[in-house]
Amino acid sequence: MSSLVLTLIKGAIALNVALVVAAALVYLERRISAWIQYRIGPNRVGPFGLLQPLADVLKLYTKEDIVPYNASKPFHRIAPIISIAVALSVLCVIAPASYLLLDDGTKLFIAVAPNVNVGLLFYLALSSIGVYGIVLAGWSSNNKYSLLGGLRSSAQMISYELAMGLAAVAAVMVSGSLDMNQIIASQSGGRWNIWFQPLGFLIFLVASFAETNRAPFDLPEAEPELVGGYHTEYSGMKFGLFYLAEYANMFTASAVMTTLYLGGYDMPFLPTLLGLQEGTLPRVLFELAVFVGKVSVLLFLFIWVRWTLPRFRYDQLMNLGWRVLLPLGLANIVITGAIVFFVR
Amino acid sequence: MNVTTNTRAQRMTFWEKLYLPEIAKGLALTFKTMFKPKLTRQYPEERWEPLGSYRGRPVLVLEEDGERCVACGLCSRVCPALAIEVQAGETEREKERYPVKFEINMLRCIYCGLCEEVCPEEAIVMSKDYDIVFHSQEEAIFGKDKLLVPIARLQERLEFLRQYK
Repeated sequence: MSSLVLTLIKGAIALNVALVVAAALVYLERRISAWIQYRIGPNRVGPFGLLQPLADVLKLYTKEDIVPYNASKPFHRIAPIISIAVALSVLCVIAPASYLLLDDGTKLFIAVAPNVNVGLLFYLALSSIGVYGIVLAGWSSNNKYSLLGGLRSSAQMISYELAMGLAAVAAVMVSGSLDMNQIIASQSGGRWNIWFQPLGFLIFLVASFAETNRAPFDLPEAEPELVGGYHTEYSGMKFGLFYLAEYANMFTASAVMTTLYLGGYDMPFLPTLLGLQEGTLPRVLFELAVFVGKVSVLLFLFIWVRWTLPRFRYDQLMNLGWRVLLPLGLANIVITGAIVFFVR
Repeated sequence: MNVTTNTRAQRMTFWEKLYLPEIAKGLALTFKTMFKPKLTRQYPEERWEPLGSYRGRPVLVLEEDGERCVACGLCSRVCPALAIEVQAGETEREKERYPVKFEINMLRCIYCGLCEEVCPEEAIVMSKDYDIVFHSQEEAIFGKDKLLVPIARLQERLEFLRQYK
C-alpha cells in the first residue's frame, strides 16, 4: 500500500472521528449545561437523547439557506468553509497513539502526518488562519453586528495568539522539539510538561479558550450585545458549519494541550504492568484510550467553564491578554530558558 | 466630573484579583450543582395537578338530572371578550329554562373568570384543564357537548368558590 493511500485513509478516519466528536460535544454541552442549571437536558431523541445531534443536523440541512441581499456572496459562502477546513486540518499533526509494528518490520504511525518536524508551528499557524473565516463572515454579511463580532474576534485572536505562542515556546524548550511525536516521547514515563510548566500550561489553557472563542472569551458572538456576532446572518448548514467548527476547534485545542502538556498518550507504569509491548495492537488501543481520556477531561473543562464564568468585558479581555498573560509568558520563557541552560 | 473611588474592583483582595482561586470556587459550585436533584418536570408523562383556585377552561356543571344552567345570559353579557353565546329554551323541568345552545369561543376566552363570578346558579365554573388544543377556528368553538362536565369532577372548584367567592 502506497503511503499516499494510507495517509488518505488515515485522514478520512480522522475527519470522521472529528465530526463524531463534534456531534457528541454538542450533546454533552447541552446535557452538562442542563445539569449545572438544575435541568435534565435533551433526553427524548433516542436512548438518553443521544440522537439529538443527529436531529439537529437534519434540521439544519432542511432549513432555508438565507443570504442577505447586500451581502458579498462569494465571501459569505467561503467563510464557513474556511472555519471548518482549518478546524479539521489541524488534526493531521495530532498523534493519538504511537505506532503499530507491522509484520515486515515497518512502523505504522497512527497520526495522519506523523513526525512532521514543524508540527506545533503547523497548529499555531492554522489556528490563526481560522480567524479569517470569522472576519470574512462578519464583513461579508453587511451587518453592523456581524462586523463588530468579526473585528472583536480578530483583535482577540491576535492578542491571545502571542501568549499562546510564548507558552508553547517554553514547553518546546523543555521538550526540545516541535514534532508532536517527539514532544510526547520526551514526556514518557510521567515526566509530563505540566509538572515543569504549570504556568505555561495555565497560559496556554486560557489562550486556548480565547482562540476557540469559548466562554468566558466568547466576545465575537456575545448574544446580548451583538445578536449572534459573526454568524448573525447565517442560516441552515452554513451556520451549522460554524457551529461544528467551534466544537472541532475545542477538540483540536484539547488534543494539542494533551500532547504539549499532559504527555499525550503516555501513562506511566501501567503499560509495563499490563505487559503491553510497544508496537502491538493492544498497546496502541491502550494509548488511544489514554489519549481520549485526557482529551475528554479537557473537553469537560471547556464546557464546565463555559457554564460557570460570565463573559469578560472587551477592555478586561485586552488587559488580561496584553498586560497579564504576555508578560507572564515572557517571564516563563526567561525562567525556563535559564533553568534549561544551567541544569542541562 | 463624577469620579467614583472605592469601587468593587479596588476593594478586591490580592487573591480575588488573581481570579484563579475565585474561578476554582465557582467551578466547585457548578460541579456540585451537577449532581443535585433536577427541577424539570417531564411534561406529557408527569402532569401538574392544579389546585382548586386554578382558572382553567370554563365548563358547565352537569348534575344528575341535567345541566344547572338556566340560560339567563349573564355570563354572555359580562364576558369582556364576547366569547360566550347563549340561546334559551323552555323545558318541562322545575326550573323551566335551559340553554338550547351554549357556545364558548376558546380563541376569544381570556380565562378571566367573570362568567363564573356573575353566574347566579353556580352553573359555569373554571375547570383545571390547561392543555386546550384545536386545529381550526371552527374547532375552537366549544359547544355543550364539550362544555358539560359532571359535577363530581368539579367538587374542588365548587368548594373553593363557596369558601372565597
